[in-house]
Amino acid sequence: MSRREKTWWIVGGVAIIVYALFPIAWIISISLKAPSDIANGQFTPTDVSFTNYSTILTGSASELFLPALRNSFGICLIATAISCVLAMFAAYAIARLDFPGKRVILSTALAVAIFPVISIVTPLFNVWRQIGLYDTWPGLILPYLSLTLPISIWTMSAFFREIPWEMEQAAQVDGATTWQAFRRVIVPLAAPGVFTTAIIAFFIAWNDFVYGIVLTSTEAARPVPAALGLFSGASQFEDPTGAIAAAAVIVTIPVVVLVLLFQRRIVAGLTNGAVKG
Amino acid sequence: MASIEMKNIVKQYGDGFPAVNDVSLDIADGEFMILVGPSGCGKSTLLRMIVGLEDITSGDMVIGGTRVNDKAPRDRNLSMVFQNYALYPHMSVFENIAFPLRLSKTPDDEVRKRVTEAADVLELKEHLERKPANLSGGQRQRVAMGRAIVRHAEAFLFDEPLSNLDAKLRGQMRTEISRLQRRLGITTVYVTHDQTEAMTLGDRVCVLRKGVIQQVASPRELYEQPVNLFVAGFIGSPPMNFLPATLDGRTLTTPFGDIELDEERAAAVAGRDLLLVGIRPEHFEDASLVDEAKRPHGTTFRAQVDVTEWLGDQQFAYIPYDAPEQIQAQLRDLSRELDSEALRTQAVIGIDSTSRIREGREAEFWMDSRKAHVFDPKTGENLTRDAEAGARLTREAEEDRQEQVEEARAHGGGISGPEGAEVA
Repeated sequence: MSRREKTWWIVGGVAIIVYALFPIAWIISISLKAPSDIANGQFTPTDVSFTNYSTILTGSASELFLPALRNSFGICLIATAISCVLAMFAAYAIARLDFPGKRVILSTALAVAIFPVISIVTPLFNVWRQIGLYDTWPGLILPYLSLTLPISIWTMSAFFREIPWEMEQAAQVDGATTWQAFRRVIVPLAAPGVFTTAIIAFFIAWNDFVYGIVLTSTEAARPVPAALGLFSGASQFEDPTGAIAAAAVIVTIPVVVLVLLFQRRIVAGLTNGAVKG
Repeated sequence: MASIEMKNIVKQYGDGFPAVNDVSLDIADGEFMILVGPSGCGKSTLLRMIVGLEDITSGDMVIGGTRVNDKAPRDRNLSMVFQNYALYPHMSVFENIAFPLRLSKTPDDEVRKRVTEAADVLELKEHLERKPANLSGGQRQRVAMGRAIVRHAEAFLFDEPLSNLDAKLRGQMRTEISRLQRRLGITTVYVTHDQTEAMTLGDRVCVLRKGVIQQVASPRELYEQPVNLFVAGFIGSPPMNFLPATLDGRTLTTPFGDIELDEERAAAVAGRDLLLVGIRPEHFEDASLVDEAKRPHGTTFRAQVDVTEWLGDQQFAYIPYDAPEQIQAQLRDLSRELDSEALRTQAVIGIDSTSRIREGREAEFWMDSRKAHVFDPKTGENLTRDAEAGARLTREAEEDRQEQVEEARAHGGGISGPEGAEVA
C-alpha cells in the first residue's frame, strides 16, 4: 500500500467512525444536560448534571423504567437461550443430515424472517388476549423466537458446515456416542458460532419495539423500548428528552458489555490445525 | 488384537452404483494388510466399512470372531488415523491423545501413564501441552497415531495417513509406522494409492479395481507373478512395459525382436494371435554391458533412444514403438485407469548407470525374456502366471511375519515394552 493510499484509508476510516459515533456522542451529551440546559444551543452541556439519570433510576420515571429494564433483560435472555438451543439442533441437522424437506425448512425460516412484523401484530394482539398471553413474559418470548430463530438457524448452519465431518467420525471411532461427539467435539468447535448467533439474537429481541408496545400494557411485561415511548415530562409543557436520552444510554450499556465480553470468544480460526491447513 | 474377515462385502450407493463389489478378504491377527488401487477403486469405502462409518449393503464383516455389521463404530474397538488427522483443535495434544481414554472413563493416573507412554514412543513429550494448530504436519500426524495407539484397540486402520506430508517426511513416517506395527504386533489395515507405501509396509497387499479385488498377495508375488494387466501395470515404478506381440508357434514377435517361449508357456498362450508381452524395465540392459553368461537368456535388438534419465544409481531410456490401433487404445485405457496419462506407446528401459547410451542415438539393447509375462489383451489375464511360485513367495513372507510377531510378543509387546522390543 502506498503512502497516499494509506492516508486515504485513514481519512475514510475516521470519517466513518465520526459518522457512526456522532449520534451516540450526542445522546450521551443530551443525557448529561439538565432539563433547562437542553436547548442551550451547543453540543456539550453547560454543566454536567446527572438529574436525568436520577429521574429514571430513582425519581419519577423509575416506576416505568426499572421494571421495563428487568422485563427486557429477562425476556431477551430467555428468548435468546431458547432460540440458540433450538437453532443449534436444527442447524446441526441441516448441516449434517440429508433429509427431505431440508430446503423447505431453510426457505420457510427465511420467509418468516422477512415477514413484516407490523402485519402480524394486530391478529396476534387479539389471539394473545383470548388465550391469556397478553401482557405476560411468554407472550413476548414467543414472538421474539419467531424473530430470532430464523437468523440463528441460518448463521449456525453456516458455522456447522465449516466443521469437518472427520472430526466427528474420529470421535465416534474413539468411542464416543453421537451425543458425546456432538457435545465434546462439535459444540466446542461451534462455540464461536454459537456466541455470535446468541449476540445477534439478543440484539434483535432487545431492539424490538412493535411487539413490545402492542402486546403489553403494564410493567408486568413491558420492555424498555416500549417504556421509553411512554416517558412524560415533569409537566405537560416539558419534553422528556433528557430522561429518554439517559434511558437510551443505559439500554446501550448491556449491548456494549456483551460485545466486549464475547469478543474474545468470537475468535476466528479456532478450527485452524484441526485438519491440514 | 483380532483378525478381520470380510465375506462377500458389497457397498451400493443410492443410485445403485457398487463402490465395493463382493469383496472377501481375510486379515490375520497381527497382519499388516494394504488396500491399494487408483482413486475411486473403493479402498477407502472398504476401510470405512470395517470401522463402521459406512453402512454395509450386504455381506458379513467379522472382527475377532464377532459379526459387527450392525455395531456402531464405538462398539468395534478399532482405532483409525484419518487422512487429514482429524485432531480436535480445542484440546491440547495431551487431551487429544487421552480422548479415547476419557470416553471410556479411565482413571486419571492411568490416563496420564498411558498418554505419557504413547508420547514417548512417538517422541511427542515436549509438545503435550501445545494445541494442534501449533504443530508441524509430521507432529500432527504423530499425535493422530498417538490417539490410535493409546487405547488397546483390536486393530489399527489408516486412511492414506501420509498423503498430506512432503516426500522426505513421508519416507520417515513410513518406517516409523512399520516399526510401530511390528513392535505392537497389532492387526493393521492401511489404505493408500501410493505403491511404494504398499510395497514397503504390507505383509500382504490387496489390489482393488472398481470395487473388485484383483489380487491379494505379498508384495513380492504381486511384483513377480501379477494376476492380470491391471496389477502388473499398477505395481512397479516405472511401470511394466507392455509390448504387442504376435504368436507363431513358440515364437512371439514383438517390436523389440522375437522371444522364444519354453514349452510350458507356449502351451499356455497357444491359440491366440495377438498378445501383450509384459517386461519390467530392469529386465532390459545396454547390450554392451551384459555378461556373456547371461546373454543367451535373452535377445538383443537395436532401437532409437528418445530420452534418457540418469538418476545416479540407475538410468532409464525411453524408446517409442508402434502398436496396432487396438492395442494402443487398450493401453491408453489402462493408463487412464491407473491415474496416469500415456501420450505415446513407449517402453521404459532400465540400463546401467555407467552406460554411455545417449539420447537420439540408435543403440543395442538386451532383453531378458525369461522374466516376460504374456497377457491376453482382451481379458487382461496373465497367461503365463506361475501360481505356485507366487504362492511360495507369499508363504515365505507369511513365515517371516509370524517370526517377527512372535519375536515382538516374546519381548513383551505393547507400547510399554522394553526398548529391545523394536524389530528392525
